Amino acid sequence: MDDPSRRAGVVLGPPGPEPAPRGRFAGFGGRFVPETLVAALDELEREFRAAWVDDAFRAELAGLLAGYAGRPTPLTECRRLSDRLGVRVLLKREDLTHTGSHKINNVLGQALLTRRMGKRRLIAETGAGQHGVATATAAALFGFECTVFMGAVDVERQALNVFRMRLLGARVVAVEGGSATLKDAINEAMRDWVATVTDTHYCIGSVVGPHPYPWMVRELQRVVGDEARGQCAALLGGDPDVVVACVGGGSNAIGTFSAFLETPTRLVGVEAAGLGLETGRHGASVARGVPGVLHGARSLYLQDEHGQIREAHSISAGLDYPGVGPEHAALAAAGRVEYVAATDEDALAGFRLLSATEGIVPALEAAHAIGWLAREAGGAVPAGATVLVTLSGRGDKDAAQVAERVGDGVAP
Amino acid sequence: MRLEAHLRARRAEGRRLLVPYVTGGLGAAWCDVVRAVADAGADAVEVGIPFSDPVMDGRTIQEASQRALELGATPLGIVDALARLDPGIPLVVMTYYNPVLRAGHVRFASRLAQAGVDGAIVPDLPLDELDGWADAADAAGLETVLLAAPTTPEDRLRAICERARGFVYGVALLGVTGERDRLAAEATEMGRRCKAVTDRPVLLGVGISTPAQAVEAAGAADGVIVGSALVRRLLDGGGPDDAASFVAELRDALDRA
Repeated sequence: MDDPSRRAGVVLGPPGPEPAPRGRFAGFGGRFVPETLVAALDELEREFRAAWVDDAFRAELAGLLAGYAGRPTPLTECRRLSDRLGVRVLLKREDLTHTGSHKINNVLGQALLTRRMGKRRLIAETGAGQHGVATATAAALFGFECTVFMGAVDVERQALNVFRMRLLGARVVAVEGGSATLKDAINEAMRDWVATVTDTHYCIGSVVGPHPYPWMVRELQRVVGDEARGQCAALLGGDPDVVVACVGGGSNAIGTFSAFLETPTRLVGVEAAGLGLETGRHGASVARGVPGVLHGARSLYLQDEHGQIREAHSISAGLDYPGVGPEHAALAAAGRVEYVAATDEDALAGFRLLSATEGIVPALEAAHAIGWLAREAGGAVPAGATVLVTLSGRGDKDAAQVAERVGDGVAP
Repeated sequence: MRLEAHLRARRAEGRRLLVPYVTGGLGAAWCDVVRAVADAGADAVEVGIPFSDPVMDGRTIQEASQRALELGATPLGIVDALARLDPGIPLVVMTYYNPVLRAGHVRFASRLAQAGVDGAIVPDLPLDELDGWADAADAAGLETVLLAAPTTPEDRLRAICERARGFVYGVALLGVTGERDRLAAEATEMGRRCKAVTDRPVLLGVGISTPAQAVEAAGAADGVIVGSALVRRLLDGGGPDDAASFVAELRDALDRA
């Protein structure tokens, strides 16, 4: 699986900055977990810190990313879409990785760490199923046992991915509690981990959760931004004007943004506005959340005045989460990244537009970024700007759901 | 230091300590349940303030929390009800950190203290993140109980026992709350490890479901916390009398051991 002819093409840039002590990103982050998990998080932090500067570990990861996951992914210039929108659109093609989304980057790194820690079982949460599929894939590759927790609502709307995970040998547990979506899948995975922590690694799929996850997952996703920045430099002779990525927990966005934080490039994270921010039925935690603690981290969460977490809503299961990674909360507070929101309708428009103009069917998550850009081109995004959009995943998994929703009226 | 002082005094009498857990807001009679279990031989009562996402809890307490929230339970509403309760023994609330943070450390601690609550347990607030809350709790005279787990290393266990107030809550298994068929192997070892490093009262909880299990666990510590086994009886339609008779059974078994 390690193909030396490709390994040379994979860019694992130098490690990025660590958060402040106790996993803090300007007051966000931390480690708010039951005592049972603290020792395992300490071990994971130690192992990751050592592995991340270990040439052998990095070479093995680079080899897997190249020979197994298919990296580097291309940067695609979208000529017809650019003509349509009046801005120059470049796509970072995470949809072309093995398993079809950026999730595989993080999972391969965590699988190597799992082996390094001598653990034999992986658990994961999943919303859209992309992270669950990626984790089940890595478990099959490494010979680990694997259990994936998925909200019962998501099991319904992502039946194809459920089948894929089972085919890969994973046990898929449908979580009925709470809103039966991603938030509840994380709750149930944490409960499993509290009971199994001595032989099990919890492979969290986004830049959420207790320290060291937000830092570690960002580092494992940096490859997206590092590659894209290099590809932009080769194509444009410099950085793009604007970088856009969708934000649920925020791993594809932070992975992309991390390469551009020190540049003048404008960074835009697109959250799920669901049925509209004013309806209260959305997943826009930066726009409408308040500081709180959930799933081990201090960040921004949708919650009521008593501190009960609200249910999120999004057409895309991957953005249907009432929180956001702590580093995003910090970047929002610092004003370095603009967080905007795209509705279900915007996402559907983006889904159809990219399919029809470029022959690329995006995941509904990434379709939020496309939909926002389509709406704002010539407005918030000035005409003629060069815009890098991270296409976090492919849309095959969503085709049935969209077909049901729009029927035959698919033409943009 | 009313909670710890009370538990130490009872322990000094040679009594095995018993702390039942009741989900606040679970049905109209929940305050009567607290009174009933207090009268049936509890040494303190732990009252759960329900949270939407209780990651340390198994199915029984998840269901009880969800039902209480659907019935309109709010953190400060439960605290206000506790203020009118006066069960004659110390009260300890258990809640997750987000409702505490939302209310504000100082506001929440002082409301609890004003309501006559003696202690607080926040299971997702480990030692390393404790400061903001613990400072406010200490200032309000509220005793913050800390959890020790089977996975806790020795030096950390000492620090936890040192910083805990009221009692040390030894987690009696690897896992979340809920009834089990037998006492976990970790239970007695947890009790032994805590007792070796602290003179504070040590109570074992999580998974302790029957009088026989309570006796076995209490033998390795100073007493037990029993939650899910009691709450299941309430979810199954039981009222204050059923709760009292179960707690009396536990009390009787502990006294005869």
